[in-house]
Amino acid sequence: MRYSGFKVIKEALTGHKGWTPAWREPEPKPHYDIVIIGGGGHGLSTAHYLSKVFGLRNVAVIEKGWIGGGNVGRNTTIIRSNYLLDGNEPFYEFSLKLWEGLEQDVNYNAMVSQRGIINLIHTDAQRDAFTRRGNAMILNGADAELLDAEQVRKEYPFLNFNDARFPIKGGLAQRRGGTVRHDAVAWGYARSADSHGVDIIQNCEVTGFRIENGKCLGVETSKGFIGAGKVGCAVAGNSGRVMGMAGMRLPIESHVLQAFVSEGLKPVLPGVITFGAGHFYVSQSDKGGLVFGGDIDGYNSYAQRGNLPVVEDVCEGGMALMPMIGRARLLRMWGGIMDMSMDGSPIIDRTGIDGLYFNGGWCYGGFKATPASGFCFAHLLAKDEPHPTATAYRFDRFRTGRMIDEKGMGNQPNLH
Amino acid sequence: MTQDNRLSGGQIDRTKTLNFKFDNRSYSAHPGDTLASALLANGVRLMGRSFKYHRPRGVLTAGSEEPNALVELRTGNRQEPNTRVTTVEMFEGLEAHSQNRWPSLKFDALAINDRFSTFLTAGFYYKTFMWPAAFWEKLYEPMIRRAAGLGSLSMQEDPDEYDKGFRHCDLLIIGAGPAGLMAALTAGRAGSEVILADEDFALGGRLNSETFSLNDGDATEWVKQSVAELSAMPNVRLMPRTTVIGAFDHGIYGAVERTGDHLASLPSGKPRQILWRIYAKRALLCAGATERPIAFENNDRPGIMLASALRTYANRFATTAAQRVAIFTNNDDGHRTAADLHAKGIRIAAVVDVRDDAPTSHDYEVLRGAQVRDTKGRLGLTFVEVELADGSSRTLDCGALGVSGGWNPNVHLTCHQRGRPAWNDDLAAFVPGADLPPGLSVAGAANGVMSTHGALQSGAEGAAQALGLKGPLPDLPKAEDTPISQTPFWYVQGCSRAWLDQQNDVTVKDVKLSHQEGFRSVEHLKRYTTLGMATDQGKTSNMGGLAIMAELAGKSIPETGTTIFRPPYTPVPIATFAGRMKGKEFHPTRLTPSHYWAKERGAVFVEVGNWLRAQWFPLPSETHWRESVDREVRQTRASVGVCDCTTLGKIDVQGADAADFLNRVYCNGFAKLAVGKTRYGLMLREDGIAMDDGTAARLAEDHFVVTTTTANAVKVYQHMEFVRQCLFPDMDVQLISTTEAWAQYAVAGPNSRKLLQKIVDPEFDISNEGFPFMACGNITVCGGLRARLFRISFSGELAFEIAVPSRYGDALMRRLMQEGEEFDVVPYGTEALGVMRIEKGHAAGNELNGTTTALNLGMGRMVSKNKDSIGSILSEREGLNEPGALMMVGIKPVNAGDKVTAGGHLMDATGPVDAAHDQGYVTSAAFSPSLDSHIGLGFLKNGGTRQGEKMRLVSPVTDLTVEVEIVSAHFVDPEGERLRA
Amino acid sequence: MIIHHPLLGPRDSSEFVYLGDASLINRPDWQAEDATEAFYDYAYLRDNPAGEHRELWFHEGGDRSWLVVTRNTATHEISKVELARDVARAQGRSK
Repeated sequence: MRYSGFKVIKEALTGHKGWTPAWREPEPKPHYDIVIIGGGGHGLSTAHYLSKVFGLRNVAVIEKGWIGGGNVGRNTTIIRSNYLLDGNEPFYEFSLKLWEGLEQDVNYNAMVSQRGIINLIHTDAQRDAFTRRGNAMILNGADAELLDAEQVRKEYPFLNFNDARFPIKGGLAQRRGGTVRHDAVAWGYARSADSHGVDIIQNCEVTGFRIENGKCLGVETSKGFIGAGKVGCAVAGNSGRVMGMAGMRLPIESHVLQAFVSEGLKPVLPGVITFGAGHFYVSQSDKGGLVFGGDIDGYNSYAQRGNLPVVEDVCEGGMALMPMIGRARLLRMWGGIMDMSMDGSPIIDRTGIDGLYFNGGWCYGGFKATPASGFCFAHLLAKDEPHPTATAYRFDRFRTGRMIDEKGMGNQPNLH
Repeated sequence: MTQDNRLSGGQIDRTKTLNFKFDNRSYSAHPGDTLASALLANGVRLMGRSFKYHRPRGVLTAGSEEPNALVELRTGNRQEPNTRVTTVEMFEGLEAHSQNRWPSLKFDALAINDRFSTFLTAGFYYKTFMWPAAFWEKLYEPMIRRAAGLGSLSMQEDPDEYDKGFRHCDLLIIGAGPAGLMAALTAGRAGSEVILADEDFALGGRLNSETFSLNDGDATEWVKQSVAELSAMPNVRLMPRTTVIGAFDHGIYGAVERTGDHLASLPSGKPRQILWRIYAKRALLCAGATERPIAFENNDRPGIMLASALRTYANRFATTAAQRVAIFTNNDDGHRTAADLHAKGIRIAAVVDVRDDAPTSHDYEVLRGAQVRDTKGRLGLTFVEVELADGSSRTLDCGALGVSGGWNPNVHLTCHQRGRPAWNDDLAAFVPGADLPPGLSVAGAANGVMSTHGALQSGAEGAAQALGLKGPLPDLPKAEDTPISQTPFWYVQGCSRAWLDQQNDVTVKDVKLSHQEGFRSVEHLKRYTTLGMATDQGKTSNMGGLAIMAELAGKSIPETGTTIFRPPYTPVPIATFAGRMKGKEFHPTRLTPSHYWAKERGAVFVEVGNWLRAQWFPLPSETHWRESVDREVRQTRASVGVCDCTTLGKIDVQGADAADFLNRVYCNGFAKLAVGKTRYGLMLREDGIAMDDGTAARLAEDHFVVTTTTANAVKVYQHMEFVRQCLFPDMDVQLISTTEAWAQYAVAGPNSRKLLQKIVDPEFDISNEGFPFMACGNITVCGGLRARLFRISFSGELAFEIAVPSRYGDALMRRLMQEGEEFDVVPYGTEALGVMRIEKGHAAGNELNGTTTALNLGMGRMVSKNKDSIGSILSEREGLNEPGALMMVGIKPVNAGDKVTAGGHLMDATGPVDAAHDQGYVTSAAFSPSLDSHIGLGFLKNGGTRQGEKMRLVSPVTDLTVEVEIVSAHFVDPEGERLRA
Repeated sequence: MIIHHPLLGPRDSSEFVYLGDASLINRPDWQAEDATEAFYDYAYLRDNPAGEHRELWFHEGGDRSWLVVTRNTATHEISKVELARDVARAQGRSK
């Protein structure tokens, strides 16, 4: 079924009887060409591109709970491609381009809204670093603008320009950055993949891999064994757990990241703002809630919940940056499990096991990568070679010393 | 306006009258009122508009679960959007405005949405607004955003203070209803440290809203006595107006105390709210239960309320929403409301009870087996249509309808650590599950114990169990112990526009559509329809939606699931979480020992981490910062300058193995450093990347002083302690950070020795022979003051760093300035410091950016392969040693006057400008007064072999392309003659 | 969270700085034949268990002890806290 304004009107006038499920609820077949573990944003987008772009239809996505229930359903919805390093920037720019055509591609309005993002500058060293980054973005074909304090003030007059502990000295803007309605991304990809024949199997938990003679033959699940020509794992925060079943240790730790939303408010924030002197980034959803976040709690966790010190830290950042939000109320806080990698950049690669592929290590930047991650993983699964924008995302970069460390924090995942 | 709907009795203080305004209209109220009860008393039923359809809305509840009646409270910079009128304690002069309506609450233009509701079903926006692509951002979205949102922020800084604090107790009791009070009495009498917190301003919970008796007296009397007894106990702390918002790890509870919200204005210095972090050995949740509505056609009109809320307004607040009231119920509790209202003189139109065997009454009519089919009244209820048991219909005239669908225990905090509630068939509700946060137990209605007697008993038992109290429980007051009698009933069959989530306008129809389209898991339902996502977090709506989804899916409710409750229990102002950490107090400010002196000199300061450092010292004649900085550089290089470098990290390393230890943490060798000598050291991370650099001075065989960069002082200390404690635990070495113990100044320039000789005590020889380059030692200055002297140079000049105990730092700076007058001494700030180090080609923070290796920095040969040091093994990886690796270089414009931009990228002199042809980047840049040219440092592929090459420096983000020449990074005195002079 | 410091008693976790897996104590022998591989493994690969996890915390806002905390990453329950130095010695590390 094709969604359109016309269809909405037609259904409204005929009692909404014609709407059908956005995706089927199939039972697993005994064997697929490709099984993707993980019905989150990345797994579902992989399925979409596999089926639509690479023409592979005998594909299943298996999800232990409900689709879209991982980080794609609990993030601060920001998209951008303002990366510095050559290993990253072309990939994220590719992702941003896919975002720009997402709705038409999947026939689902995920409300991609390029309202712009500004990373604020508070020190000279930060300006130097952002200048380098802005240049790298432009050299890679993305857009970037360096703003001075007055330009920032014009756009965001309510930021603290009076008594800030760390005065705002400017900002690095990417106008094509913005926000997306996060749940709709999962649903749009799922619906599209389903329409191209992909089986999306919810409430199906992987309990093990069947590996013989170094080849992965399929997965054991709570719904029985499912054979597969290839298995792709895209389970984000659960990467360590799932790949551990295949006997692999990863350059990844699982950490909790909290995010927050305020009560609904009339429009105050036109775009996305990130504070450069504290842990705080914020945008306003179409519904009116301020969606904001900060740093990870900092300790390994699979608990999907955090603690008060980080809540306070984030709100302190918010108040320091924009004291006019003081009387807005924080409505809800939640925690997701982040697959924090050893250099802060992801992995899309084969594993040492034939037929088993891995996609993970997204740290807390995986949402914006969703389209490109799926596209590049689909490329790898379909062609057995990496997509040109994802060649750096190899497992062995740590062994060979070719880390992609945007923040320069080294092998300590909680600092990325 | 008179309080037409004021009843007799209640817990309001009629001796005093308070005046307030709602939508600019004046009303009166009494102390003890909430804004909700006061509005009702004044005959105001219409208080708000819903989110999507802008339907007229009145108050639904009498508590913090209120979804409908949200207002903008107060005015100006204290305007507080989305404030629930049910939780606003009345004060003199209160002002509130309705929100999310235009032009007025009574006539709201966007109510047109309601007419088009059939097009605006759940998730309709996911299916349209996609063509043409550009229209989403240009047209559709701005339209949606303007219409969306609830209240408005003032856009001004909140002038109020907020605070934070810690509290500790043996037992935290959450909720001061019958269970909580009884628990507090039990624990308090046993001598335990108790905190009793309740979100209400009046302790007592439901007892304040009921008419039944305790010990044959008024329940409220027992509340008063109990509160008085508890208040007198030194070991019990009563915290009214305090919401426990979350149960966090290890018995830490977040609580928000509203210390000032009930006051017309805050006394100076008093906080508006306090965030408490309560460390509780045990906690007892006595949060009671929340009544749930029943869904039926048009069940959202002003005047339609929870039955228990009507009862609360009548009994506690002595007010009613209307003089003629009907009740719609599936349980006996609904009849209690009818009886109480009747006793207050309200006319009961009828009690509509879905049960065929409902109890009857002599006082009013009970319609057994009947259901409410529909309601009428545009801005407030006028009548309801009832379908009787025999299928016939009847109309009831009434201005209010009390709805009772049973009670949901307030299990929220039991789920904050992701425990799932359990289904209880008798209550047809979720009760706390087995998986509670450790240390938390539950009593009273929150645990599904619904009678007053049960609540009292479980409160006492809960406290005794939590604290391990032996001996008999205290005597319980005599109380009702009525069993629950209800028939689960969620919605009237056949209804369609029947509201579940009244704020977000989610109806039964939307849940059905959600199911039809495959959004069947509870989380999908919630996200697709926005059910339960409103400011009340579904306290009154989730269960209804869940029950309908269960029915559609042909499953039981517990099989269908439950959504996860997350903190905070009720919304909390962002300012409350921030407390005093805002404005200048956002982070602590560290001042250098010469700060006040520098301030007197008119220095311009800059934030460096938490430090404030002098950036430059302008003279009155100077109008541009470059003038000051250039002068400071020239004067230092010509004669002598002084700079406060106290902020550099200083770590004292002592012990027999001190040298061995430094040999492990630095990649270059330290074992053979002679006493009295200083050495530059480069520290790697274990991954082989440069972490920090500095110097280590050997003051004695077993004593080193290590310096770190300002930025990395904390990190390096941590790292060194890690190496000491975790890797080499038996080394005889001790570390202590002495950054703040010593004031340290760089004294640089050809006259630096002459200047220092004036203050160093004469027994110390600091001549070039007696104290050569890289010498160090303990000395005394100014006639016996202990000091440390290091002959090290960041500027490239003959230079020293001198350290004295911090308390002498200010005096030493003044003395240096005074003694230096004859040399025309100049104080210099961080800018001149930076210029001189770039001129000299020293790497600093911009070069030590966490991705550069010793090789990149031109120090590859420093990494000793003959010893075990952190990072040396992994620094050998191929990717870090590729031919063509980045190397630090100097950069100079070809055309004098051109500017070098830090952050610019280096490209070949000709050819394309893009990422594929990127050769490197500029890390630091400055104008060099010594060379009279802009210069820069940077990293360039194969930089070691490219000196003299002409390249393009491009910075598209600053719209700049400059022809540059690659030169040695050592712009000034490359042979190092000056620093050895 | 509350960490029961073996010397100082219960302390709020916000006084501490977290590093990671306590396996970071087991730094390989720099002279071993497979040293590069061993260091790669040591520096980059993690068990990352969903359950009991031994991890390093530094008492930054306190006595500057490194601690080995045994904590369940699924529930955050802490079952044991030791001085890292004692753990290191017990594992045969010396100087």
